[in-house]
Amino acid sequence: MELLAPAQPGAPPAKSKVVIARDDLLRGTGSTVDSRRMLALLDRAMQTLFDRDHANEAWSRLVRPGDKVGVKVNALGGRGLSSNLQLVEAICERLQEAGTKAGDIVVWDRDSDELERAGFHLSMGGNGVQCFGTDRVDYEQELVAYGSVGSRLSRILTQRCNVLINVPVLKDHDGAGVTIALKNMYGVIHNPNKYHPNGCNPYIADVNMLPEIRSRMRLTLCDATTAQYEGGPAYKPEYSWKENALLVSQDPVALDYTGWRIIERKRAEKGLKTLEAEGRAPHYIATAADAGHRLGTNDPRRIAVIEV
Amino acid sequence: MVHEFEMKANVDRRSFMMCALASGAALGVGEFPASLAAAPLPGGAQKQDDAQFTVEAKFYQKLENKKIKCKLCPRECTVGDRERGYCGVRENRGGTYYSLVHSRVCAAHVDPIEKKPLFHYLPGTVAFSLATAGCNVNCKFCQNWDISQSRPEQVPAEFTPPQRVAELAKQYDCPTIAYTYSEPVVFSEFLMDAADAGHAAGIRSIVVSNGYMQQEALKAAYGKMDAVKIDLKSFTESYYKDVVTGQLKPVLDSLVTLRKMDKWTEIVYLVVPTLNDDDAEFLGLARWIKTNLGVDVPLHFTQFHPEYLLKNLPITPVPTLERAKAIADAEGLHYVYIGNVPGHPAQNTYCPKCRKMLVERIGFTASKNLIHKDSCPFCQHPIPGVWHT
Repeated sequence: MELLAPAQPGAPPAKSKVVIARDDLLRGTGSTVDSRRMLALLDRAMQTLFDRDHANEAWSRLVRPGDKVGVKVNALGGRGLSSNLQLVEAICERLQEAGTKAGDIVVWDRDSDELERAGFHLSMGGNGVQCFGTDRVDYEQELVAYGSVGSRLSRILTQRCNVLINVPVLKDHDGAGVTIALKNMYGVIHNPNKYHPNGCNPYIADVNMLPEIRSRMRLTLCDATTAQYEGGPAYKPEYSWKENALLVSQDPVALDYTGWRIIERKRAEKGLKTLEAEGRAPHYIATAADAGHRLGTNDPRRIAVIEV
Repeated sequence: MVHEFEMKANVDRRSFMMCALASGAALGVGEFPASLAAAPLPGGAQKQDDAQFTVEAKFYQKLENKKIKCKLCPRECTVGDRERGYCGVRENRGGTYYSLVHSRVCAAHVDPIEKKPLFHYLPGTVAFSLATAGCNVNCKFCQNWDISQSRPEQVPAEFTPPQRVAELAKQYDCPTIAYTYSEPVVFSEFLMDAADAGHAAGIRSIVVSNGYMQQEALKAAYGKMDAVKIDLKSFTESYYKDVVTGQLKPVLDSLVTLRKMDKWTEIVYLVVPTLNDDDAEFLGLARWIKTNLGVDVPLHFTQFHPEYLLKNLPITPVPTLERAKAIADAEGLHYVYIGNVPGHPAQNTYCPKCRKMLVERIGFTASKNLIHKDSCPFCQHPIPGVWHT
């Protein structure tokens, strides 16, 4: 991999890129996402984010042969509002083309039953892509702590992967305001229910500061094929819509900020109050960007949103 | 391992061991038949059948859009569909709230009653002590965090319905069932049913709790208890907010309500160095107890040991505990104890009038009990408590 280019004296800090890739024909004439179109959408997003002509070149910047990759999905919303199966398959395909062995890829969330209800096929052992929940391997016995959080971590994270690809869903949350990239890490810890007071703030930011998570995180691929603007985190079909998009970034704060704005626009369109007016503005995003965390930026002047 | 207090004091360990074994209680680790002792699940590979532990919760209110508002504790969690409350053991499924821990016993031991600690309740007897996973606070010093801060599916458990609880208490010659270790508030439904089964079999019930509960739930659930021990974590709201993630006032309200219900109550105050150990706090606490509960409520100042998220703090110095006791004594409280320091004379019960020792304790064992007809045998001063079965 190329070394970082030396900074130019006096140059402004580089903007965080958030790529929004859309395909209005993602589902063809039906309701199911077309696998080939999903792969093409993923490629377009990755090529744009990494400024590469070919998808493989983009993925090679993230993983090397021998890496063990955890694809952390979100399966809480069942079949209606979980990380899209075709997207996850496309990710796994591109990872293998970049040199990662199938058996070294694990698609995971906290609970195997939830994964199955979301449509994932469980697989543990063998040479194929793995797919199971933390319930199969348990959490580490020892606590890790940062700021206000102290938790045990999934052994999938600590023992089965050195690279983490985050695949959250774009949706609102009744406590935090929104649940996108940063909150998807609640699925890594054993006690997420302890970290919901006060709009999950500062807990979401503190969880993402845990070194075991931060050191592994490479990329967020937010599934906005079906998104939800109200009633989350559970699936409420009456409040979901088909955005047919992916949000991709290496800055999870910038991605959450951008996703939040998308949700607010949809809420306004539907005549709903802002999250702020409902007393659940996602303040955790600002905390994640603050001097004590620096997980990314929530300053729109420093976010380059590129729509393709 | 589940324990209420770790014995780390450097005292007459040999005689303590002899007493502990004689009383049938190993050092905080009960011995149970394999049928009750839940073996750890190998690598988390087995899943428990959750349905057998799931009952509709009491104390909640249904809201619009399949949400609920829990009315069990002052958090009043508003819980969306498929989510759980802060405690992690109550879940909203389609707008109905469920307890996931009824009969889901993850820890069970036979403990001396002094271990709770309850010093004025059936001294020298043992309690069949049990817990489920979960808690409605997150004390940074929790000694049982491995079960209190876990979701029920993360902790091996045995299906132990109320009738079985009563049978086991009888089998192990326990006149009392104790709901303890984690936080019984969160398993109120199970506690209530087990207490009923126990009473039907002539077995009493006591609870070891943080008292962080709404009034209606408190009266319904702890109204079935024969004695209550409340962990009053501090006497400031700031400590409750920062160290406990709870609130002080509802706990004080609970204590007053228990007094009005005429429930035998004892209070434990865990003294954590630098955080809740200043004289003003001890004085405020003692005065509040005297005014609101009376001078006869036993108050235990217990020694903190580094644990969970407070491993950076030292063990409470014994002089600090003695200073707290001296302040409470000076305010006129009659029964002020020092806990978790085996061999300390302040573990004994003395007559508040003639100052003669009435109950001698070594560690968790009441080695001598001179109380006669609920009174001091020397001066006949009444000694409040539940002294006989």
